[in-house]
Amino acid sequence: MNPWPFVVAAYGIALAGTVGLTLWSWIAMRRAEAEADKLGRRP
Amino acid sequence: MHVYANPARFLKIARPLTPILGWSGAALIAGALYAGLFLAPPERLQGESVRIIYLHVPAAWLGMGGWTAIAIASLMQLVWRHPLASIAARAAAVPGAVFATICLATGSLWGRPTWGTYWEWDGRMTSMLVLLFLYLGYIALAGAEKEKGGEGRLTAIFGLVGAVNLPIIHYSVLWWRTLHQGQSIDFLRGTSTIDASMLWPLLASALGFSLLFGAVVLMRMRTELAGIKVEARLKRMASA
Repeated sequence: MNPWPFVVAAYGIALAGTVGLTLWSWIAMRRAEAEADKLGRRP
Repeated sequence: MHVYANPARFLKIARPLTPILGWSGAALIAGALYAGLFLAPPERLQGESVRIIYLHVPAAWLGMGGWTAIAIASLMQLVWRHPLASIAARAAAVPGAVFATICLATGSLWGRPTWGTYWEWDGRMTSMLVLLFLYLGYIALAGAEKEKGGEGRLTAIFGLVGAVNLPIIHYSVLWWRTLHQGQSIDFLRGTSTIDASMLWPLLASALGFSLLFGAVVLMRMRTELAGIKVEARLKRMASA
């Protein structure tokens, strides 16, 4: 059995999961902190 | 530890630490996976499918590490009532669940060419699947308790009780000798049955993913702290 399709699929799933999780967390953090800063600046 | 339980002091450290952990983790992962894919030799019995191990093992460690963090933070929340403990526990849940899923998926993809099957109800695989279900239950419970305005004590108890599964996962390959291979690295004795040419990309990958995991947990903690700040500010504005 050719192992390469399995290796490629494993790397694809792992990297997509890791990048997706990191981007999602980063975007959520930027949005939440921007919102908090905006409200904090209001008199 | 008590010193950093103050949210303002925590943020002062977390803000510069997040990109340091994130970028160093990403660079280490890129280097380690390149080495795992192109520099490390194929294994004598597993052949090229051994390259999946450079992802599978770090994902398994982080899946378990995430719940260890939840259990420690839950204990701190219940005993010392640290204001950041419940936030830290909740922040580790989603990354832990993602890595437990990656562990199961990559393990399955490794199993097909190596064992001839995607899945077997073996002790290690089943206990890892139970860990994923525990994560899903924890995430749902934490969300429900937060929505009801609870302190998160029930979620913390669930986090502590769920930690019972961690030694089961670890010792499953010793207690039930089924399909999953035994332990290859013994950190307590500092020994390994893996050749150095394969061991260093594996350890570099594990370190890289751990640093990135730390960055993601910090990001999620900062998100929740910012949300709390917004909520408090809106309440103050409404009452003024």
